[in-house]
Amino acid sequence: MSSPKKIIPGFGLTMGLTMSYLGFFVLIPMISLAIQTSHLTWSELFKVATDQRILSSYKVSFGCAFVAAAVNAVFGTMLAWVLTRYRFPGRRLIDGLIELPFALPTAVAGIALTSLTTDKGWIGQPLAALGVKIAYTQLGIIVALTFISLPFVVRSIQPVLEELSPDYEEAARTLGASSSAIFFKVILPELKPALMTGFSLAFARGLGEYGSVIFIAGNKPFQTEIAPLMIVTRLEEFLYGQATAIALVMLLASFIIMFLVNRLQLRAASLAGE
Amino acid sequence: MLKTLFFALAVAIGLTLAAPLSAPLFADVELTNVSYDPTRELYEDFNKAFQKYWQDKKKETISVVQSHGGSAKQARSVIEGNEADVVTLALAIDITAIEAAGLIKPGWQAKLPNNSSPYTSTIVFLTRVGNPKKIKDWGDLARPGVGVITPNPKTSGGARWNYLAAWAWASAKYKGDEKAIRDYIKKVFDNVLVLDSGARGSTNTFVQNGQGDVLLAWENEAYLSLAERPGELEIVTPPTSILAEPPVAVVDTYVDKKGTRELATEYLKYLYSDQGQRIAGEHYYRPSNPNILKEFGKYFDLSIKLITIDDPLFGGWEKTQKLHFTDGGIFDQLYTKK
Repeated sequence: MSSPKKIIPGFGLTMGLTMSYLGFFVLIPMISLAIQTSHLTWSELFKVATDQRILSSYKVSFGCAFVAAAVNAVFGTMLAWVLTRYRFPGRRLIDGLIELPFALPTAVAGIALTSLTTDKGWIGQPLAALGVKIAYTQLGIIVALTFISLPFVVRSIQPVLEELSPDYEEAARTLGASSSAIFFKVILPELKPALMTGFSLAFARGLGEYGSVIFIAGNKPFQTEIAPLMIVTRLEEFLYGQATAIALVMLLASFIIMFLVNRLQLRAASLAGE
Repeated sequence: MLKTLFFALAVAIGLTLAAPLSAPLFADVELTNVSYDPTRELYEDFNKAFQKYWQDKKKETISVVQSHGGSAKQARSVIEGNEADVVTLALAIDITAIEAAGLIKPGWQAKLPNNSSPYTSTIVFLTRVGNPKKIKDWGDLARPGVGVITPNPKTSGGARWNYLAAWAWASAKYKGDEKAIRDYIKKVFDNVLVLDSGARGSTNTFVQNGQGDVLLAWENEAYLSLAERPGELEIVTPPTSILAEPPVAVVDTYVDKKGTRELATEYLKYLYSDQGQRIAGEHYYRPSNPNILKEFGKYFDLSIKLITIDDPLFGGWEKTQKLHFTDGGIFDQLYTKK
């Protein structure tokens, strides 16, 4: 650490601060979770990790969060593109609206989305005539998760797009590249790291979301029960150990997924570097 | 620019939410009442009456802090350090949980009349006006094509009463044949369209979002919905139901720490006074004082046969909770894949 060639001073101080910050807000809560779980016997943990109903709630949670994050990856990119590349009246307003899902209490979002999408609601009624049900199905969960996690993708991609000069696209075009080639070979590789970040943030947010989903899901066992609901249910029964165990399984799964996404991102980055 | 605006807005909202947490300005003493969801309006009125009573009697200005939420969640918050002077919850078992944590002394339920329940309620049916599906009794809930709305008994105190009322009806109907009772309960829950986590959520699903044909509801909640949506809904009181006794208790550890025992005790006792009983009645809770209950005879169907949780059929909360609602209990066994 005592290298004389430090370009930026204050490494020791900032590193120390970073470590205490991480320790206080991330590490200590995680350790306390682990300690809580250590009161569990292995058989209990095994039961919680293999119970059919809990397993299907994991499936619902991970599946819906994944689809919602994927939908946002596509449409969020489009939105960010429109907001950075075009100038039109009301652009600043729309730009400001992106954060709205963060500002709104999630329960309010859930109730509003539900009343819109039931078979008696403005959006739900015409769709119900076509045989599509949104509220009280997994589709409803996806809608809620898409709503609350949209800002992550847009806000991750926007700065990259702003930095990305249109010159590259023009150069590619003069060299005879087709529109799709420009998008896939020129723009997308630049966006990939930001897109991955936005995707994983949106996905992680969706996994843990409770407030809005609970109203729109219908909460039917094996169909629309999400994992956070299973945790809350255990807490209501004062079964702290089991609740922690479910949380632990979710945490491990999310960690593995995040790790894989990061690996993927690193590989993509190194490939792009070559 | 807009981002700054949003930030300012967020800060403003944050401050507004935090404001009620700061101490009241001119009160001498503060009392915290931790209660469950549907009692909000009841205690708003009751607190005003009690403040006046206390002012006249003791020449002391008090302020009452109310807290509402799911009953079990509220009990947990008290266990985890929310220093409530009194708890007024939906189920005795939630207060027992606080007792088990050592904050309330054993024997609390005998300290006040009627198992420490100043008011009671029961479970009734709320249907669309005209009752198009002809839902009259518990048996009708199991009919094919009837859409039932109830909260989840695992997360909602109220929903446990719904389930037990249905169980009691079936037990009488099938003369205790457990297989037939289980079949019936399973059919009812297979008819459930949306399983919200709390009573207010279910009311919203049924009333605002128009889902289902019948809502299993607290009697007082049903009357509130009726008043809110005149001409759209109808209350059907089944011939039998369950007597829900929401109990109240002083939280011994916290009142001794804060020196508010006398105030807290008087607060709960005032619930049993004529005025307290009338306020309960005005909010559609059944007053426990029989004379005052009669005053409200025009609201309540007094002919309904009410079974209590201490009936031999159930044998008290502890036993019922273990048998029906714990992890892997009868409810979990019945409510599985269709």
